[in-house]
Amino acid sequence: MTDRRNLFNKVWDLHTVRSLAGGQTQLFIGLHLIHEVTSPQAFSILRDRGLTVQYPERTLATVDHIIPTDVQLRPFADGLAEEMMSAIEKNCRDFGIRLFNLDDKRQGVVHIVGPEQGLTQPGMTIACGDSHTSTHGAFGSIAFGIGTSQVADVLATQTLALSRPKVRRIEVTGTLRPGVYAKDVILHIIRKLGVQGGVGYAYEYAGKVFDRMSMEERMTVCNMSIEGGARCGYINPDQTTVDYVRGRPFAPKGTDFDRAATWWLSLASPKDAEFDDYVTFDGSAIEPTVTWGINPAQSVGVNETLPALATFTNDDQKGIRDAFEYMDLKELQPIRGLKINVAFIGSCTNGRISDLREAAAIAKGRHVATGVKALVVPGSQQVREQAISEGLDKIFEAAGFQWREAGCSMCLAMNPDKLQGREVCASSSNRNFKGRQGSPTGRTLLMSPAMVAAAAISGCVSDVRDLL
Amino acid sequence: MQNITQIFGSGVPLLLDDIDTDRIIPARFLRCVTFDGLGDHAFEDDRLQDKSHPFDDARFRHGSVLIGGRNFGCGSSREHAPQALMRWGIKAIIAESFAEIFFGNCTTLGIPCVAASRPDLDRLAKAVEENPTRVITIDLLSKQVRSDEIVFGIEILESARSSLTTGNWDFLGQLLDGATSVKQTASQLPYMTGFKA
Repeated sequence: MTDRRNLFNKVWDLHTVRSLAGGQTQLFIGLHLIHEVTSPQAFSILRDRGLTVQYPERTLATVDHIIPTDVQLRPFADGLAEEMMSAIEKNCRDFGIRLFNLDDKRQGVVHIVGPEQGLTQPGMTIACGDSHTSTHGAFGSIAFGIGTSQVADVLATQTLALSRPKVRRIEVTGTLRPGVYAKDVILHIIRKLGVQGGVGYAYEYAGKVFDRMSMEERMTVCNMSIEGGARCGYINPDQTTVDYVRGRPFAPKGTDFDRAATWWLSLASPKDAEFDDYVTFDGSAIEPTVTWGINPAQSVGVNETLPALATFTNDDQKGIRDAFEYMDLKELQPIRGLKINVAFIGSCTNGRISDLREAAAIAKGRHVATGVKALVVPGSQQVREQAISEGLDKIFEAAGFQWREAGCSMCLAMNPDKLQGREVCASSSNRNFKGRQGSPTGRTLLMSPAMVAAAAISGCVSDVRDLL
Repeated sequence: MQNITQIFGSGVPLLLDDIDTDRIIPARFLRCVTFDGLGDHAFEDDRLQDKSHPFDDARFRHGSVLIGGRNFGCGSSREHAPQALMRWGIKAIIAESFAEIFFGNCTTLGIPCVAASRPDLDRLAKAVEENPTRVITIDLLSKQVRSDEIVFGIEILESARSSLTTGNWDFLGQLLDGATSVKQTASQLPYMTGFKA
């Protein structure tokens, strides 16, 4: 009998330790990533219970959420942020965990650093106290976000208590049209399946569109699985995956790498793999997509108008009205031409080198519109160095963008980069929730980095295809 | 750990959909190294903009059963969200559905999250508005919510229900007990030995 298990179930089975009293699986975690915001209380749990870190070499720490992206001198001006920095430094020292601190060239946003260093590998289970851990699924790993109590579970035991989700295969066929990026693909999927469509599921992204994507594009897609309700999303490993991992600092070397590659490729879902659900989209029909509301499913193609209230069920109309009111928008209004005040390029969704290249291609030889504050925040120090070596920093600065240090920055605004008042931000990040970008009344429009650059230049939501 | 089979308390009606964890506890309050004091900031920005927010309504100040809508707790994995609700006084949540990470975080803290139909939630929320002191009972054994004349069935992931009702919701202790099996599983994974032949 042939093995018809999909990748998710194969990897899950390989990492299953045993069943717990409640029926959950005790699942081994191959890679644990931690950062300064969701880990301090986990170390307190360990200290309170007199526990040690079971596999310290399987946890990697970095600092990203609270890092200022302008002045990084210690101590930070924000005393609370400084206290969190001191806490992660002490915790890593006391428990023997490797930390990529600010003075380390490998520091950056945790979901950019893991892949960049070759720590993220196919066939692993990967956990982090951050919902965008789904990013690492791009390699064909099972990767998901956890809470702080669970961070303590992983530190103390290298395992978690979890219930196995179902698996939905999302196929995107055809070819993306010029000016349509990975970000548009995932925004389109979330728009169609909804913000809770993926609850209880892992998403397998499959089909021609994903086959052709680079690893960086695949990471953008998997990153936002959680925005569609799926705690994890993945893409089967292929030659693109193997080529990306080869030669990275923490990747296996020589013949070990060859054995690894063979194993990775063997984990991919077979052609006749079984799934709990199937969905198909036509990639050639996807438009540059922009969110207009307060959750990532509330989006339209750039040349569409906002939806009519009457197209929603009575139950849903309350939420839609709330979104219109918060955003100060009306039904049937075009999204194109909507004025912006701030443009943000960065985050674990779109802060990699290919994102900066795409945005720079739009910015080159043009200038940010008067009155618009535009920020480029590379996802890691390595991305920053690479961009500088390609002269992208000069392109951005000449175009009137601020060129910053690596960090999460205005994606969640835990550092000094925040919207003010009712400002509208064209953002390459992942969440347009109320208040997400640091002002309780601030407004976020999610889009691809190229579309953010286009909006920065024109001062309003624009179709990037007019600038290509 | 205590067996959690029934929760009693008065209600707090917040029947909105897609309440994300940024709204439950805005990111600026995550600049902390303990969870102490988070209860004061639960829904802080929503409360500033909505003077009739139930968390500021004296009638519901002693409520411990939160009544929510669809996809409650979506977004960020921050455990600060259930910690803030717990510290405000919430002991259980009844909603149309829950986001997965939030659900798991609540279960680990011993906060049952149970799902009910929209008509049942509408009826309960209305009844609580009319009489904020009415007692709501969430019964995890019979999988029912009862409040005087209002009685309806609830759904909850069986593994979570079982863990709560048998006092097995402190997963760390159980995971530690599996240490020998963990070593066994780890030794079988090729990446744990660096893919050596």
